[in-house]
Amino acid sequence: MIPPGGFLILSLILFVFGVIAFFVKKDFLTMFMAVEIMLNAANLAFLALSKWRGFPLDGQVIVFFIMTVAAAEAVVGLAIIRLVYRRRKTVRAGDWHRLKG
Amino acid sequence: MTDFFWLIPVLPAVSSFILMVAGRRLPKKYISAQACLAVLVSFIISLLGWLRMAGADARTVPWIKPLFSWIAAGSFQARFALQWDPLAGLMALVVTGVGFLIHVYSAGYMSGDKSYARYFALLNLFTFAMLLLVMASNIVLMFVGWEGVGLCSYLLIGFWFEKPEAAAAGKKAFLYNRVGDTGFLAGILFLWAAAGSAEFLEIDASLASGRVSPALITLIGLLLFVGAMGKSAQIPLYVWLPDAMEGPTPVSALIHAATMVTAGVYMVARMNVVYRLSDTASSVVAVVGAVTALFAATIALVQNDIKRVLAYSTISQIGYMFIGCGVGAYAAGMFHLFTHSFFKSLLFLGAGSVMHALGGETDMRKMGGLRFYLPRTYPVFLIGSLAIAGIPFFSGFFSKDAILTQAFLRGGLFVWILGILTAVMTAFYMFRLVFLTFFGEERFEPGHRGRIHEPPPVMTFPLAVLALFSTVSGFLWIPEVVGGRAPWFSRYLGSVIPPGTESHPRALTEWALIIVSVAAALTGIFMAFYLYRRRPALPHQMVRRWPRAYRVLVNKFYVDEVYRSLVINPVVRASERLHEVFDLGVIDGAVNGSARGAGLLGKALNLLQTGYVKDYALAFFLGAVLILGYFLLF
Repeated sequence: MIPPGGFLILSLILFVFGVIAFFVKKDFLTMFMAVEIMLNAANLAFLALSKWRGFPLDGQVIVFFIMTVAAAEAVVGLAIIRLVYRRRKTVRAGDWHRLKG
Repeated sequence: MTDFFWLIPVLPAVSSFILMVAGRRLPKKYISAQACLAVLVSFIISLLGWLRMAGADARTVPWIKPLFSWIAAGSFQARFALQWDPLAGLMALVVTGVGFLIHVYSAGYMSGDKSYARYFALLNLFTFAMLLLVMASNIVLMFVGWEGVGLCSYLLIGFWFEKPEAAAAGKKAFLYNRVGDTGFLAGILFLWAAAGSAEFLEIDASLASGRVSPALITLIGLLLFVGAMGKSAQIPLYVWLPDAMEGPTPVSALIHAATMVTAGVYMVARMNVVYRLSDTASSVVAVVGAVTALFAATIALVQNDIKRVLAYSTISQIGYMFIGCGVGAYAAGMFHLFTHSFFKSLLFLGAGSVMHALGGETDMRKMGGLRFYLPRTYPVFLIGSLAIAGIPFFSGFFSKDAILTQAFLRGGLFVWILGILTAVMTAFYMFRLVFLTFFGEERFEPGHRGRIHEPPPVMTFPLAVLALFSTVSGFLWIPEVVGGRAPWFSRYLGSVIPPGTESHPRALTEWALIIVSVAAALTGIFMAFYLYRRRPALPHQMVRRWPRAYRVLVNKFYVDEVYRSLVINPVVRASERLHEVFDLGVIDGAVNGSARGAGLLGKALNLLQTGYVKDYALAFFLGAVLILGYFLLF
């Protein structure tokens, strides 16, 4: 039996990995994956706390919401990346900086 | 009659409104017919009302028709009410009668103009405003009419606004009138404060009761007269009237000779209670009138533009009317107003016929010998000239003599001498005009010869009617020495202008004064005859002999130039300074400064938008940490 704290620690580790990856990695696809990891870390934290409280429904419902939103976000994000790649022939985040004041 | 006299000003107003709204789509024939008909019906109602007044018992006048409550602010009350009494009736008769004839004349004179509807709309609007001025029952409503005629005058002087001179002349008239109106408005406010009411009847009663201090009455009288100086073109505000001749000639006849410019005289006669109570104000009126009469007449001696001679003559004649009012002979002043409206509009319309015949020429040096070409205009013009010169049995003789007699008896020798000198000059410049225009060799521009023609009957008919009245209207004032009792005209005005304001001379004095004024007129005519018919070379020699005097007169005593350098230029320069300092510095500075501030703020915020996703993410992350930290710690 794994205690709730173990899930939370795993969630924290995943989230920190996501943050570090987001700032360290240079291309958009990897940064995108880092975002997904952070979202899943959050999901894990919700489930862990839900289990600790005796599985009330609200925590699990939020997880489904987040999964839905993440799916939609993945679709839109990937489409944007694909379209920008077509024009600029690059997916490096540092090369996409035309939109500025 | 008592119930529907208020229609008199309403009819021209309605007609004007229709012409303004729909004038462009109406045929010319209909436009002129409607405009003339509206004034004609007003004239008929006025005539009926005037006849009722002439026989009325003094206790039943005035008739007052309150139409609606207009201004009610605390204790200040002003009704929109019309008043009909002998004075208002007389003025309404002049405005609609002469106005109707000039409307008819205009139908011919303006027939070629593209803005036919605008012209008649404005002419009708003017008639309405003038009737409002003379029929108002309180001085505030009178001021509305006063400003209304000023506006119409401005619009009609600048009727041909494509011409820069016409537009400038309109502006000049408007601005000079503003100066006068400032005084007039101040006078109205003081008068209201002193009398506690704006209604003429209550003002009369209140001032006559003696509760108001004489100094205040004098101040009111002087301030009101400042308004009259502007509107009636007296020294020092007369300079706009000669320039107003840029307007169409019938407009000059109606507005700048017969009616509007005499509004000041009407106002003084209407407010006679103020001037009867203040000798100072009355003396100022008389002296300004006398000096203006002489001054304008000297300028008229040497002008070569036919309309400008008549304009200076108008200024001079209005000076006479003010002499009459200033010496307390209000009825005589009003009588000169009455006769002057006939012969001066006749002269202007006659000049219009001459211009019509010569294709718009106004320079008398390019006329001459026209009596053979214009056999119908010439005799009526001659009648007008005889009337204004004061030849016995023409109307001007009676009115001018009435004023000069009263001036001699009450105003003192100084005013009378100025009046007699003016009479000599009047006769001289009018006959100089007649001789230069209708007699002598023909000096036309080559293009005009052979095309000179008499105007159509629609223009000669009003001339004939005006000539008739210029001749016979004088018999309303048969001097006491002849008629045996006070003249009919002054008895007629008795309920508005209390009798006893005129002195009664001894028979011998009166005969002597009549002889002197006739001699003055004949002297003037003879001098003109001698200089311009007998010895046509003599005027040129005189110019060469006294070049400086001639230059001063031809340049109108340089009054315009003096005003320009003493008043207009300093004001313009001060405005320019103010424009630089305040307008450009403060106002534009504030506007531009706020725009520049917004721009700078934008530029500063621009730095935050780097375009790098990582920067935004970092900011977002730090923000999240901060908010989280806040909730965890506090």
